[in-house]
Amino acid sequence: MKVLRPGSWREALEAKAAHPDAGLIQGGTDVMVELNFGRHHATTLIDLGQVEELRDWTRVDGRVRLGAGVPYTRIVQELGGLLPGLALAARTVGSPQIRNRGSVGGNLGAASPAGDAHPPLLAAGAVVEAQSAARGVRLIDVADFYLAPKRHALEPDELIAAVLVPIASGPEQFSKIGTRNAMVIAACSFAVCVDPVARRVGTGIGSAGPTPLRAPEAEAFLAAALEDQDAWAGGRPLDAATLARFGELVGAAARPIDDVRATAAYRRHALAVMARRTAAWALAGEG
Amino acid sequence: MRLTCTVNGERREADCAWEGESLLYVLRERMGLWGAKNACEQGECGSCSVYLDGTLVCSCLVLASQADGAEVRTVEGLAEDGELHPVQEAFVAAGAVQCGFCTPGLVVATHDLLERSPRPSDAEIREALAGNLCRCTGYEKIIDAVKDAATRLGSGD
Repeated sequence: MKVLRPGSWREALEAKAAHPDAGLIQGGTDVMVELNFGRHHATTLIDLGQVEELRDWTRVDGRVRLGAGVPYTRIVQELGGLLPGLALAARTVGSPQIRNRGSVGGNLGAASPAGDAHPPLLAAGAVVEAQSAARGVRLIDVADFYLAPKRHALEPDELIAAVLVPIASGPEQFSKIGTRNAMVIAACSFAVCVDPVARRVGTGIGSAGPTPLRAPEAEAFLAAALEDQDAWAGGRPLDAATLARFGELVGAAARPIDDVRATAAYRRHALAVMARRTAAWALAGEG
Repeated sequence: MRLTCTVNGERREADCAWEGESLLYVLRERMGLWGAKNACEQGECGSCSVYLDGTLVCSCLVLASQADGAEVRTVEGLAEDGELHPVQEAFVAAGAVQCGFCTPGLVVATHDLLERSPRPSDAEIREALAGNLCRCTGYEKIIDAVKDAATRLGSGD
């Protein structure tokens, strides 16, 4: 195996164009496990760790442009105000050691249905900024990014430069179920985003389908209920029937399977509970 | 591939036979620094914790070449002039060591916590050490040791 270490974004794009089959490594929290256990079979590995352009975030037109290599620790420390949903999810990633190295770019590149960043990105309506040396920048709605377990919409010569995440205009919440509070791959997870300006509700389901999923019917139902009850401003509890129905619709949107972490039935049930609770937290002003 | 980095203040070089070697492998097998322990090799247990350019990491999850030109600090680099670091003294005093395998990683993770938060709450301690597994102690003595270390470091100010 050969490791290439591009020193700039331009060099990284050229390396990927020259080696479209190359594997990528950033923080290493996924890829090193494969290497350590002899399960990584790429003959070329491109190490993006030297590419400074990936390691910062900026505010651009109502969105945060989050460099693909910004570690979760910095998201927790610096973006809790602008991107509360993503910051909450980032806090649940692994351990301090893992959060110091792991990044949203890595989560997207791995495209595991269980990645913690996916639900808040879906709920917020984030956009993946992909780039290739030949064709330049291509923007991909995160909802169109995930194709199948560990498969995404990038072309072989493309890299993820950043993810563009709308700055929260209302409450966002995240919840995750696992056997421990730390160091756990989600049995299932859920994110909700209430946008009182656009009068939109966003959702994201993790670890309960072949890809991370939205729950469009649940989103439309809760948005309509907030409209009917004139409750977009939050600060008072939503009625129990509305919350329960929202939960049911989220559970129904999942496409779970039975596996080592949970049964499909448990995942559907847990999602309904997490959806009900997170919506209640968000609208009670506990966001 | 030849790797050059600073380890515990000394410039070190190592030749990696395979480019996929981890920093942990290089530290232990090529530099003879056996403090960081090799257990899970998947970032679950924290027993290989070291500092990479001042950041706490699992050295099993760092590609050796990513440490090229970097500053690495291992548990061997905490003691100064033959004196244990106050975190190490606290682990000894509290009886936070049983088999000792997890101890280097816990000592480094505790050192990192107290650098960031000199007076951590119980919840902060538990969260900071969540990536370090101990199968002997049940953690109570470890948490006692962290609090004792905070006191020792605080009184030295």
